[in-house]
Amino acid sequence: MMSRSFATLDGNEAAALVAHQLNEVIAIYPITPASPMGEFADAWSQAGRRNIFGDVPQVIEMQSEAGAAGVCHGSLQGGALTTTFTASQGLLLMIPNMYKIAGELTATVFHIACRAVATHALSIFGDHSDAMACRQTGWAMLFGSSVQEAHDFAAIAQAATLQSRVPFLHCLDGFRTSHEVNKIELLSADDLRSFIDPALIRAHRERGLNPDRPVLRGTAQNPDVFFQAREACNPYYEAVPGIVREVMQKFAALTGRRYRLFEYYGAPDAERVIVLMGSGLGAVQEAVDFLTAKGERVGVLAVKLFRPFDVSTFLEALPRTVRRIAVLDRCKEPGALGEPLFLDVMAALAEHWPGEIPRVIGGRYGLSSKEFTPSMVAAIYRELAKEQPKKRFTVGIIDDVSGLSLDWDPDEIPEPADVCRAVFYGLGSDGTVGANKNSVKIIGENTPLFAQGYFVYDSKKSGAMTVSHLRFGPRPIRSTYLIRRASFVACHQFHFLDRLDVLELAEPGATFLLNSPYPASEVWDRLPVEIQQTIIDKRLKFYVVDGYRVAAEAGLEGRFNTIMQTCFFALSGVLPREEAVRQIKEAIKKTYGKRGQAVLEKNFAAVDRALEALQEVSVPGNATSKRRRVPIISGPAPDFVEKVTAVMMAGKGDLLPVSALPVDGTFPTGTARFEKRSIATEIPIWDADLCIQCGLCAFICPHAAIRTKAYPAEALNNGKPDSFVSRPWRGSEFPGHHMTVQVLPDDCTGCRLCVEICPARSKEVVKHKAINMEPKDPHLARERANAEFFLKLPELDRRAVKLETVKGTQLLEPLFEASGACAGCGETPYLKLMTQLFGDRMLVTNATGCSSIYGGNLPTTPWSPNAEGRGPAWSNSLFEDNAEFGLGLRMALDHLEERARQFVKRYATLLGDSLTSALLAPMGSSEAAVRERRQQVAELKRRLRDVPEAEAQTLVAIADHLVRRSVWIVGGDGWAYDIGFGGLDHVLSTGRDVNIVVLDTEVYSNTGGQASKATPRAAVAKFAAGGKAIGKKDLGMIAMAYGNVYVAQVALGANPLQTVKAFQEAESYHGPSLLICYSHCIAHGIDMSKAVDHQKDAVATGYWPLFRYDPRHAHSGERPFRLDSGKPTKKFRDYAMKEARFGMLAGANPAQADRLLELAQADIEARWRYYEQLAGLERQAPGTLEVVA
Amino acid sequence: MSVDLTTNYLGLRLKNPLVASAGPVTEHPELLHELDAVGIAAVVLPSLWEEQIEHYDWQLAQLEEYGANSFPEALNYFPPLVDRRGSPDDYLSRVMLAKQIVKVPVIASLNGRTRGGWVRYARMIQEAGADALELNVYFLATDPNQTSAEVEQQYLDLVAAVRAEVTIPLAVKIGPFFSSLPNFAKRLMEAGADGLVFFNRFLQPDIDLNTLAVAAHATLSDSRELRLPLRWIAILRSVLRCSLAATSGVHTPADVIKLILAGADAVQVMSVLMQRGVGHVRELLEGISRWMAERDYESLEQMKGSLCQANCPDPAAFERANYMKALVNYAGIQV
Repeated sequence: MMSRSFATLDGNEAAALVAHQLNEVIAIYPITPASPMGEFADAWSQAGRRNIFGDVPQVIEMQSEAGAAGVCHGSLQGGALTTTFTASQGLLLMIPNMYKIAGELTATVFHIACRAVATHALSIFGDHSDAMACRQTGWAMLFGSSVQEAHDFAAIAQAATLQSRVPFLHCLDGFRTSHEVNKIELLSADDLRSFIDPALIRAHRERGLNPDRPVLRGTAQNPDVFFQAREACNPYYEAVPGIVREVMQKFAALTGRRYRLFEYYGAPDAERVIVLMGSGLGAVQEAVDFLTAKGERVGVLAVKLFRPFDVSTFLEALPRTVRRIAVLDRCKEPGALGEPLFLDVMAALAEHWPGEIPRVIGGRYGLSSKEFTPSMVAAIYRELAKEQPKKRFTVGIIDDVSGLSLDWDPDEIPEPADVCRAVFYGLGSDGTVGANKNSVKIIGENTPLFAQGYFVYDSKKSGAMTVSHLRFGPRPIRSTYLIRRASFVACHQFHFLDRLDVLELAEPGATFLLNSPYPASEVWDRLPVEIQQTIIDKRLKFYVVDGYRVAAEAGLEGRFNTIMQTCFFALSGVLPREEAVRQIKEAIKKTYGKRGQAVLEKNFAAVDRALEALQEVSVPGNATSKRRRVPIISGPAPDFVEKVTAVMMAGKGDLLPVSALPVDGTFPTGTARFEKRSIATEIPIWDADLCIQCGLCAFICPHAAIRTKAYPAEALNNGKPDSFVSRPWRGSEFPGHHMTVQVLPDDCTGCRLCVEICPARSKEVVKHKAINMEPKDPHLARERANAEFFLKLPELDRRAVKLETVKGTQLLEPLFEASGACAGCGETPYLKLMTQLFGDRMLVTNATGCSSIYGGNLPTTPWSPNAEGRGPAWSNSLFEDNAEFGLGLRMALDHLEERARQFVKRYATLLGDSLTSALLAPMGSSEAAVRERRQQVAELKRRLRDVPEAEAQTLVAIADHLVRRSVWIVGGDGWAYDIGFGGLDHVLSTGRDVNIVVLDTEVYSNTGGQASKATPRAAVAKFAAGGKAIGKKDLGMIAMAYGNVYVAQVALGANPLQTVKAFQEAESYHGPSLLICYSHCIAHGIDMSKAVDHQKDAVATGYWPLFRYDPRHAHSGERPFRLDSGKPTKKFRDYAMKEARFGMLAGANPAQADRLLELAQADIEARWRYYEQLAGLERQAPGTLEVVA
Repeated sequence: MSVDLTTNYLGLRLKNPLVASAGPVTEHPELLHELDAVGIAAVVLPSLWEEQIEHYDWQLAQLEEYGANSFPEALNYFPPLVDRRGSPDDYLSRVMLAKQIVKVPVIASLNGRTRGGWVRYARMIQEAGADALELNVYFLATDPNQTSAEVEQQYLDLVAAVRAEVTIPLAVKIGPFFSSLPNFAKRLMEAGADGLVFFNRFLQPDIDLNTLAVAAHATLSDSRELRLPLRWIAILRSVLRCSLAATSGVHTPADVIKLILAGADAVQVMSVLMQRGVGHVRELLEGISRWMAERDYESLEQMKGSLCQANCPDPAAFERANYMKALVNYAGIQV
């Protein structure tokens, strides 16, 4: 066997490497955690990388996974080797086609990064619930346990499907395998060539549809033959296990890596055996090693080929000595006798086990990537040893409701001592993970050592914390769980010490490296006392380096990752120091080489300076610090927040028992306000004397972290901090009122948008505005006190606020606050405005995507109630069905409203004429009308309170529906233009009163910037790496075609007032409304603080024309389409070249860029001419709901 | 009209004195082709800006890490980045391409930022086949503690460093703001410059009264700007033995002729080509030839410097710095 090359990569890349080489057509759609497989395939094809047949595979992005499956089906029928990559909901959308593909005995492999299916909640993390939802489709299912297997099984599945004609799902565990970086041995193109039989490919092609030898496939069959025909495939399924075995043998001969359908590991005479599949195997094997070394007779049987389930091979693989079996399933099937693997094992044993059947128990583990460790495995073996083990159990959680969980001692099985275990705490933005991935590569690819990296991210998009878990050791690393005892801990952010127990995982005697602005001589007194005590108690070796200073000196302002990486190598001893430095520089050359000499030199300088700056701290004997770690929540909070939310916020959610959590996924709103993340280093400070009270700062703030409020002057008499600033309100509507612009310093992300949009400048110093960024720390205590006072100031009577002005809207309380969206997010200001205007009577359905993540990813939510307890009620159904979901909600509300009206009629006598007629009259949309209707409903309840009739009480229970509810359907362009378009279109066609907000970032932002049909021509995005050749879909015009749909295209940074008007008009229109909202995004490649300029340019160039189409004006003699932006005054190129999404193409392929930019300019001009004509056209929309008075 | 327009510039034999200076016109292959066809004598390619290269490199490095590895669903936001814009490779390929397109000498232009960058890129440009190199040097001194001597020394060190690295002819393009331009020019020569190009037109920022922002305002030159190089070429021609070229404000045949009379070996044009098209070169050449023929000049060399300070009847005219009346002598030399 020839010598083989090693690579360090993650499971997604490992699988995609093989898939790309073995396929001709690849249909993709982004979904976590499988997106990177599609991205790799697309990027490789873009770069002209060829498959083993010498062709560049065609990659196409579809509008949904259902679309991708359809393309796969078609392409397979056309005779091409075809694949796709997906997970979770995406896989579920493929099921209908999967039945077809299997029913037609079609050879293909779909690669699945297995992920939880959304039930009570969405989860992006790994388990087998998606794959298990496909076990009935007739696909063979091959489960790998490691990154190596993700690579190898991709090939094995391909060979086996071609031979067997049964399609294969190749399953790797989401995140644990798909995102784990590990050292693997690569299959070469030659390996793959000799492994795949060309004759089988020819046979596959011959089965394709061909007019030269036409056939009919996909018939409709009747009761006479369907059943028999369905049974006709049986021999093919019977043959699969034998074929896979044969293929695995061939693979072993080729590579030396031996796989079996069922792999047994452990004592040959084991009495207790665990059966499972997937990545959990690594943890079980470590436990088996530990326990068998102590003489215990235990073992594990890993299922690799789950479907078709080969009973005889399964039984052969089990030791004859086995008496007890625990079958572990990584999914949950409520109401079933047991989970799928358990039931299969039971059936297999019951039918075929010779002699007394071993006792079998079934357990669930690892749902949504829940940790699964050797110590938990030990608990399972212990349970098996009990006289009466639990028949059904869970492990890894504390189930105090059903009592199913097993107790475990987390430290029962220690980690191998000869493995370097290093944990790094960093911020997402500081490059810690990137440097650690690099370190894993350095060790994995340049030394005989083995290396593993796994990275944990929190769910925030700004100020996100990352924890890197790195292992280096002399043997392949199969520890498929997080490090529990680290020999090295690095904290890359000093301020983490105040909020987080970063030394929790440090083992006694471990090394602790801290990125510290203070030198070794000063740092000790700056530490919180808890950290000091832990350092002393655990006898840690403590080092500091001032990464920021060294980076600045090397010309790498703020980028200290290579510095910390160098210090890690110097201290950990994984490599000799000089060798490590050499390797790091090599790696830097590899990473940055293409980025030019200057970048290289700066990084080299950083490496050299790092070692000079590394200092050991001599640790005193006592913890003397006066500083204490900051409590997670300061001040009073609701009970649930204190007991549950705060625990999650502290990163201890694993410790919450089942009883702590809602049974149906229902959580309180208004929790983000308790999560004082304080991530900004600079915050905006108000200069009241310059302020013109325009409200734009609050308007643009993505986090509701800067607010304006007007309040009676006398409110200042009540406990005002000395530092609190106010000025008389300039408007005439609130005489005797003062106003304040207040920053909430702990909620601010420091994005600067408020400062950039502020129009008021000092006459003396032009750069000084009415609001200016200043370092946070000197202002923090003062602004905290000010903010606390500000929030307690009374809210205005909403009826008196001038809602037709931008500044008026900003006097209203935002009910969307402190989200975890990106600093400077372009979406959230729209949502915040929406809640300011209608939040107290609003229901929101939210398509999956960025907005559902910053809106609904635990631990907290920015959606909040007001002081009366009213506020947006929010729910997320799916990605694809959001419009329909919102429509359903509307229908329920309408029904209940109508029912209430009927009951009001019934009780007219009791309620009195005036109240009855008031309640039955249509409700206006003004604040006064809302208030009045609420008072009428309160009066209704009062009058019916003591009426004993059941129907009266029924009316009381639903009377609130007489206050018209406002339904808002929110989502991104991926939803509205692509996956949810069919539903959106249908909802628009119904004429029902829903308001649809499309937060249009022009890419799939949440999954990392893949092109959607909203992506403009000439923009570079994932899946459009060569620049999108086709123009953006004009969603507004499509919706307008109905005639009775209110449509507006807005850009809040370019024309705030037009946005405000559009939101109000949309809400007041009692038919469908569609708001297409320009949302700048980090995926545009812009300096987010300048986003307002980008929005203005987008409008000024005509790239994003502003318009409103109001069907209420669609009558004879009227022109319902109104173009709100002026004729383009700038060229598209002027806007485009300031954004990396366009600029990248000009750099990579200037000729293509020129061509596409010219076309894009032509698009703009043509569209403008069209819109201009539309603006002059009369239009009638018969049957439109309302006529404007 | 058979006047001989050939001239020697930087040791290069040029068929006439018209050189297309670094700018948009010398950027595009098709325009280069056209320039060659209409009779330009040499082209200076747009500058390789070290600062720009560094900036792009840094931006791309930043962009690759932008938002990367911080959110589990989006480990990055862009497809793999490829960017050749402003990269040295791109520039070098442009030099090579220009060499293929035009038959006349190709002069590359370099604007460095660091000493290492100047030297590195100068060497690469020579290797790419440029016939000469124009160093586009300027430091805008804004620090009150930095002396003019220090600034000048920086220029000199740089020219010496590049000179040590390359063997092709070296021109240095400078600005007019030196206390003693002749002395400085002489020292540039001594440091290794084969020729000097007068002058660099600095970007002069403007203020936008609507936005109260400083606005970068690039304007095209006009003939009035010619006077500054005209004076200095006339003065320096008389005292220095190196190639001199004028740039800025050359729009008409008359402009060219004046500069040649003052002593320029070559005259660089750009703004007029942008305004009137590359074909204007032909008109310029015809105008020059016609003027010379009408006055019976045989060759450019004959005319070159015939009105430099040393050769002109009124040398003091080039020295007059203010609008005082010309000094009238009431007595001549007594013999």
